[in-house]
Amino acid sequence: MNEMSEVIAETPETPKAGKKRGKWTRRTFIGAGLLTGGALVVGVAIRSGKPPERLRAMLAGGDGEILVNSFVKIGKDNIVTAVVPHVEMGQGAHTALAQMLADELDADWNNVRILEAPGDGHFASHNIAREFLAPELKVPSVLEPTVDGGFLTLAKMMALQITGGSFSIRGTGQRGMRAAGAAARAMLVAAAAEKWQLPASEISVDRGIVAHAKSGKRAAFGELAEAAAKQALPAQPKLKTPKDFKLMGKPIARLDIPAKVDGTAIFGIDVQIPGQKLSYAAVKAPPVVGAKVAKMDASAAKAMPGVLQILNMGDFVAVVAEGYWQAQQALNQITVEYSKSDADKIDTAAIFAGYGKALDEAGADGGDTLAETGDAAAFFAKAAKKVTAQYHVPFLAHAAMEPMNCTAWVRGGLCDVWAGSQSPLGARNAAAKTLGISADKVNYHNTYLGGGFGRRSETDNIEMAVRIAKATGYPVKLIWSREEDTQQDWYRPSASSRFEAGLDASGKLMSWNNIHTHLFDPQEAPLVSYYNIPNSLIRKVDAPMHLRFGPWRSVDHSQQSWFIESFVDEIAEAAGKDPLALRRELLAKSPRHLAVLNRVAKMAGWGSALPAKHGRGIAIAQSFGSIVAEVAEVDLTAKKPRVTKVYCCADPGFAMNPDGYTAQMESGIIYGLTAALYGEIMVKNGAVQQSNFHDYPMLRMNEAPDIFVEIINGDAQRLGGGGEPGLPPLAPALTNAIRAAGGMRIRHLPVAKHFA
Amino acid sequence: MKLTINGKMQEITADPATPILWALREQLGLNGTKFGCGIAQCGACTVHLDGRPVRSCSTPLSQAEGKSIVTIEGIASGDGALNRLQQAWISEQVPQCGYCQSGQIMSAAALLADNPRPSDEQINIAMAGNICRCGMYGRIRKAIKVAAGIDSERQQEAAT
Repeated sequence: MNEMSEVIAETPETPKAGKKRGKWTRRTFIGAGLLTGGALVVGVAIRSGKPPERLRAMLAGGDGEILVNSFVKIGKDNIVTAVVPHVEMGQGAHTALAQMLADELDADWNNVRILEAPGDGHFASHNIAREFLAPELKVPSVLEPTVDGGFLTLAKMMALQITGGSFSIRGTGQRGMRAAGAAARAMLVAAAAEKWQLPASEISVDRGIVAHAKSGKRAAFGELAEAAAKQALPAQPKLKTPKDFKLMGKPIARLDIPAKVDGTAIFGIDVQIPGQKLSYAAVKAPPVVGAKVAKMDASAAKAMPGVLQILNMGDFVAVVAEGYWQAQQALNQITVEYSKSDADKIDTAAIFAGYGKALDEAGADGGDTLAETGDAAAFFAKAAKKVTAQYHVPFLAHAAMEPMNCTAWVRGGLCDVWAGSQSPLGARNAAAKTLGISADKVNYHNTYLGGGFGRRSETDNIEMAVRIAKATGYPVKLIWSREEDTQQDWYRPSASSRFEAGLDASGKLMSWNNIHTHLFDPQEAPLVSYYNIPNSLIRKVDAPMHLRFGPWRSVDHSQQSWFIESFVDEIAEAAGKDPLALRRELLAKSPRHLAVLNRVAKMAGWGSALPAKHGRGIAIAQSFGSIVAEVAEVDLTAKKPRVTKVYCCADPGFAMNPDGYTAQMESGIIYGLTAALYGEIMVKNGAVQQSNFHDYPMLRMNEAPDIFVEIINGDAQRLGGGGEPGLPPLAPALTNAIRAAGGMRIRHLPVAKHFA
Repeated sequence: MKLTINGKMQEITADPATPILWALREQLGLNGTKFGCGIAQCGACTVHLDGRPVRSCSTPLSQAEGKSIVTIEGIASGDGALNRLQQAWISEQVPQCGYCQSGQIMSAAALLADNPRPSDEQINIAMAGNICRCGMYGRIRKAIKVAAGIDSERQQEAAT
């Protein structure tokens, strides 16, 4: 059953020509109308599920209805335009969302166009808020940094047109795009039935043509668009089941790719303003976050060629010049002294010592309990065999290929902003708030993103750019150097985690006790409910950090999955069991997980002989609704470990675009491998030490393993995400493989520091 | 100073120390060449200077005087048909975010001009200077082989 058909349909309101609104179901809301020129437009919004009344009122606004988040426009020229409320950062969301809509509509794919919704309230991702408030489904709070005061304020502001949480397909696509397509199809059929005076039940739609087989009558979408807009809204949409899918589930070529092979794709850094000369800003923020500019000597910089303005903004210094390189050269000549604070004394060792102290203080049963079954401590006390381990992971930067940037023009109480943001509405609100003007005075223009990975859900670049542009009065393009991008990130938090496991005399895992520092999001990341363990206690303890932290691809799953799956292998080793066999035992009551695990083991030839000093490691993780297992093969014959192959099996419920989904798995694997092998942001005197790719290295092609991906469509009604779930199992598969190859058990990432 | 860019003679007035990258982007509006690191570590800014791949973020204009520069905007054929690498990049669905791909294609084009049938090892060495944060290395390697005619284009399943 899909979301829409589970609820009671209400009678549509009497339609009014040109503009109509119908109450469709308790949860969904549909609107349709006629645009100038005779185009049919159909939009679908989803309102709050079952939140408390207080929240419902805040979410719904005055009239109990909310914002349209999925749109289709059908023109007289037969062109179907899918208006997509998510940004494109390489994850393929634009194409896959359009596929979902076009399939339900039975459109001709060749006539489908994609338009990214502009950053205004009508396209807000309300369904993300809904999911937040629905206890059965959680998504990461990637939104929190953009608004104050958590999700009450956030829900009120509706600043939610965000791309994150691996959510586009399973949220907007499944609930919005498909419904919009189905509704538009029903209205086109109704229009044909009226025109031909034939029963709608005898009319079919295929590739953009509405037809009646018996009479031979046919009409293209464009011919019916105007009449369709006058039809009653469908009371209930009929969505296809997988057997009728024509576009969903097919590896359709991504529509954004051609512009990405000839240099014409426009990213934030490429923005030009027609008819305006741009100036360029380079910036330097204090190395210790939170410090202020105490003293600045810009005498040398002032005289440098091209320099227009030097700005002491208090919390950063900016040079505006005719060109970016001139601005950066001049900035390099400015000497700055910063305010002092206790944070100046912090270094990496002190941070981890603080985590250790917090964990010590929490002991065997302190901290905040996240999940508990049975009595882990009691079993552990009498366990036949005890296994304990402690793990540490470092801070990580995002290092998107496109350094942070933003173009802004502030004049006459108005502001135009151009950037590639994961949160266009958050960006617009940030600009408005920074300038002290209302959001409707800000025109926000989004572009392609040169990588997001969570970094572009923050709005610090936007705030900086509008402040500079307000000071200059002329349009300015702010570009961060790679060094600023690395040192002024919102980092994946570092963390420590401790485990105690108790085995009975037969070697069965009976108790699991985990405590770790920090928890960002999602809340279920440290849980192991899919494993059958009779006694478990999972806790967290807060430990302070001065660096600002933000969502990083797969968020807490990136750390927790490595902790959990490393420890499972340590238990297997202690019990003398094969790591795959132990996991099979633990997953006996989780059939989808078991199927994924078995498939990846088969793909990798688990158990077959490998040369000396080679090893295989396996890991499984559930994140963002998808289940992914990976096997890494490692060669330890050289000085440094080399990952030769990675096998991946994923169950996302149903892969709407299997090639796009496969590409996301490949991408998550390389991103995860880079982090596991090399990723480490270190702190000295309060400041981040790494600065560019020479000291924050990235995996390159000569180190890239062969990757094999297979997909299981385990449940078409429960879609999982794609952007993030490929990453979590990689790090533990790697370190488990190193151990299997005869290497050490790695308990502190990154791997490379153990082979230096 | 005078230099040839994508086959066209251009006159640029700039400090000769200016990296080629910024002259291309800000003075000539050739935005396909990207800024990634500024220190020749990531390859996003790769262009051809007299046929050799160079990192334009760290190569001053002075080194290009009187020479020929080719950028991503200049590698399609004269009639606008895509270069075989660009075609292979589409058939293999290589780009994700796409930001690094101009540089990747320029490095690959220089490789194939030198070595029309490279081995995997030779591809790895030639491409090791180009970072792809979306991790599409496997697809890039395959697309280079497709363009070189060493590997066959994969079959796209028909949509309907």
